Amino acid sequence: MKYYDKLIFDLSKEGRQGFSLPVRNWSAGLDEIPAVLRREDAPALPQVSELDVVRHYTNLSQMNFGVDSGFYPLGSCTMKYNPKINEEIASHPGFACLHPLQPAVTVQGALKVYSELARSLSEITGMAEFTLNPFAGAHGELTGLMIIRQYHISRGDLKRTRIIVPDSAHGTNPASAAVCGLEIVQVKSKENGLVDVEDLKPLLDDTIAGIMMTNPNTLGLFEKDIKEIAALVHQCGGLLYYDGANMNPLIGKVRPGDMGFDVLHLNLHKSFSTPHGGGGPGSGPVGVAPHLVKHLPYPRVVELEDGTLDVVNEKGESCGRISGFMGNFGVILRAYTYILMLGKQNVRMVGPLAVLGANYIKESLKDCFKLPIDSVCKHEFVFDGLADQSTGVTTLDVAKRLLDYGFHAPTIYFPLLFHQAIMIEPTETESKETLDGFIEIMKHIAKEAAEDPESMKTAPHTTPVRRLDETTAARQPILKYKDII
Amino acid sequence: MAFSYFPHTEDDVRQMLERIGVESLDDLYSDVPQDVIYRREYNLPDALSELEVRQYFDDLASQNHKMMCLCGLGAYDHYSPAVIPHIISRSEFLTAYTPYQPEVSQGTLRYIFEYQSMITELTGMDVTNASMYDGATAAAEAVMMAMASTKKKSRVLVSEGLLPQVVDVVKTYAGFNGVGVTMIPCKDGVTSFTAVQEELAAGDVAGVIVPGINRYGIIEDLTGYADAVHAQKGLLIVYSDPSALAVIRTPGQWGADVVCGDAQSLGIPLCYGGPYIGFLACTKDHVRKLPGRIVGATKDVDGKCAYVLTLQAREQHIRREKATSNICSNQSLMALYVTVYMSLMGPEGLRKVNEASYGGAHYLHDELLKTGLFSEAFEKPFLKEFTLRAEVPAARIQDALARFGVLGAVEVEPGLVNFCVTEKISKEDIDAVVALLKSSFNRGE
Amino acid sequence: MAKTVEGLYYSESHEWVKVEGDVAVIGITDYAQHSMGDLSYVDMPEVDDELAAGDEFGAVESVKAASDLYSPVSGTVIEVNEELEDAPELLNEDAFANWIIKVKMTDQSELEGLMDAAAYEAMCAEA
Repeated sequence: MKYYDKLIFDLSKEGRQGFSLPVRNWSAGLDEIPAVLRREDAPALPQVSELDVVRHYTNLSQMNFGVDSGFYPLGSCTMKYNPKINEEIASHPGFACLHPLQPAVTVQGALKVYSELARSLSEITGMAEFTLNPFAGAHGELTGLMIIRQYHISRGDLKRTRIIVPDSAHGTNPASAAVCGLEIVQVKSKENGLVDVEDLKPLLDDTIAGIMMTNPNTLGLFEKDIKEIAALVHQCGGLLYYDGANMNPLIGKVRPGDMGFDVLHLNLHKSFSTPHGGGGPGSGPVGVAPHLVKHLPYPRVVELEDGTLDVVNEKGESCGRISGFMGNFGVILRAYTYILMLGKQNVRMVGPLAVLGANYIKESLKDCFKLPIDSVCKHEFVFDGLADQSTGVTTLDVAKRLLDYGFHAPTIYFPLLFHQAIMIEPTETESKETLDGFIEIMKHIAKEAAEDPESMKTAPHTTPVRRLDETTAARQPILKYKDII
Repeated sequence: MAFSYFPHTEDDVRQMLERIGVESLDDLYSDVPQDVIYRREYNLPDALSELEVRQYFDDLASQNHKMMCLCGLGAYDHYSPAVIPHIISRSEFLTAYTPYQPEVSQGTLRYIFEYQSMITELTGMDVTNASMYDGATAAAEAVMMAMASTKKKSRVLVSEGLLPQVVDVVKTYAGFNGVGVTMIPCKDGVTSFTAVQEELAAGDVAGVIVPGINRYGIIEDLTGYADAVHAQKGLLIVYSDPSALAVIRTPGQWGADVVCGDAQSLGIPLCYGGPYIGFLACTKDHVRKLPGRIVGATKDVDGKCAYVLTLQAREQHIRREKATSNICSNQSLMALYVTVYMSLMGPEGLRKVNEASYGGAHYLHDELLKTGLFSEAFEKPFLKEFTLRAEVPAARIQDALARFGVLGAVEVEPGLVNFCVTEKISKEDIDAVVALLKSSFNRGE
Repeated sequence: MAKTVEGLYYSESHEWVKVEGDVAVIGITDYAQHSMGDLSYVDMPEVDDELAAGDEFGAVESVKAASDLYSPVSGTVIEVNEELEDAPELLNEDAFANWIIKVKMTDQSELEGLMDAAAYEAMCAEA
């Protein structure tokens, strides 16, 4: 990677242009708009040539690390390979040209993609039906919780406004619950990292709307007591929400619906191979058990008697509308492409191979790094820093040093249960050679930490920029070009 | 077992299992209750080759109709320059995660900073976040922001002039969050300022959300709004079309506190409704309540200029249940999309896009009136999108157009239909559409 | 070791109170600033805001953390320390020399429920 210091604004020169538009000689002009409604000054956007733009963004891209650049073992993010055929299909002009308000008869192909992906996800997860409208995992969570609340409200069970969230949950769980108007009740984890059923029992009463579970949880451990938990929560009248951020190890092996979950969201950008795009667009489909289908958000795709597909645009008993149109359709296309490539044969191997890789790294490194819970993990696991912590080298230092060796850093300082958490998730698309290379470097780093801790504490040394002054950035925010000049 | 996305040979698997100390892949699931292990065959299609996948989607695509787009209503068919797909498909951008490790994410961070610079420039606001999912959810977040920024207020005023899908999403979020929503009616095609003033007088209003350009395509005159809302210590939120903001008065100039909307109009393909990109901007007074990611400039230890996610203490991963929003991503790649678009267009290109859209829309408007099939609905200033009253059943007009592959005359309210024109539409296109309407309804010259 | 100051009242949520007549001068303790790290922002209430004891009145933020502030006493906010708006680092430099808000108390008996320096030190030592 090479450092490049320009902003596009730095390249701007009055009178340059990067666009090519047809000439239209209309008689009506913008000066007809009443003066009070017009903008007087032109916006100070850059004025650059087409090559300026291409070269600038190419240079920017070369300061970025993606899955295609190298191993990206970011825990809880499932950075698997993003197949290129997905991209080709997503930009197919036969889909890209469709306006979202076109009549259903003119978009039957698009609606088939929507409904076939929804059906495939139902099959993989054991749920009755899906909405693909949510735009991201957090948005899916919020939608799922809305469905849960709508369910209780529709039954006149208005007291149920509290939701149980384990202390190991992703930060979005409590945040989504709060946005949905639910009060959060925390349940503790036991020493072995699993939800404490005994701690849960006294929390269950007629004010509980449900419980949000991540299974495997954020430590990468399977919640063995899930069926007992499901029975307890259902007994008290609550519903079970499954946070599908960690669905990857279960694909082809275990279906959340069979564990007793009533609602779940998936992250198509994690388990179903669509690219993360530097933070989006993602997609967070929500699946529900049969008794909740009527509460799915609208618009909904439905099949008519003659086999054609239609879009239902009415609130009815649904939880409401949660998206302008029907989700990130381009992402839906990618995920469905992936499922067609996998087929029923290969879908079986996704979870097992992901779990194989995680356990392989864990077993290979547990002498050099502190493994707080030593048991079989699923797709990811958590170290609590270096085994030898006498050197003062922290998890942050390890993460930064990895960048020097051409690996992306794992997720660090999450989950909050351990002070020096390093969360590693390799995914099923990485070869043994790649994992061996990573293991070797991690061992080397552990050795470096003992021999030359100072150089660890100032890592990275080879990246385009090095450690940043985040405190000044937060104290005196510079958030746009005009704040610089 | 060989499959192109799985690199494991049988020997690899054997060696890895050996290191772990188990016999089989199944043993890795020994902690899972055996009765939830799924043993049946999945009811999914057989695996396809790439060639077959291509053919499958070609077949599905052929069941869609590509239409000439004379429809707006929240999704605009603007021209998208050839450069953009090339840039955004660079895998360093496409396959990266959120820029949590700034040392190897300066590309993403830099373009988000540029995006923020451009969106604040178009909206006339001090600050924007790194983007939201879409316009409708950005509006809902803006409403929640107003609630978080004001004390002891219980409701928001929502203009009926907003796009219906935006109103619906705001209502959904507000309903579950316990925020009261009072709808403000439109009068003569524009939000009733009198009604806003009457509601504000109650003193319990946290914010007022109004469109800059409303569901009828009319450019709203927001004179007096900011003073009226601020007098009651509420926030003025303006829902805007950023493409149009290159030529119409900005929300900043109207005195808005928060601006939201969908930036799809900045060259993003229609793609059946997504991915698009919501945006959310505000004055500097409200930055601590602004949800979502924000990128700031700083220096690294060597004094090099560098960029980083900042003001994170606002966000859900730190605040958890006390965050104002649960959003933890953005539409990053779409932010890159519109940033490249705005770079290519510059002030002059965006002006030309608006000029061509304005001119074409007004020409279509006048020609449609001449057919006798429509009459004026409001006679108010519009930009690229307008509403007419249909003099024959609206569905018949839409069907007639659809038969010739034209999407237009979408009914927005009983008897009222929408049309929209962008720079992609030529005079020949419009003349042909008008001619076919005349012949379909026997309205000869 | 975080320092304390004699003669102040301390809350469990790490605020200190200095009594000046019927006015409570409120800040955060050295222990609190230390555990937060470099502070980047102090969120403060508005003058005239009414607070009940235990009410949240603002927050302190660092790069990777945020912590709410709770009023140890009931009353009306009569002044906020505007210096902190541009210089939150003052709290890192000396947490006891830099107050955050001043509250005109409505019930001085609430002070009895707070800790003295020794009790507060003991509480922090346990944590």
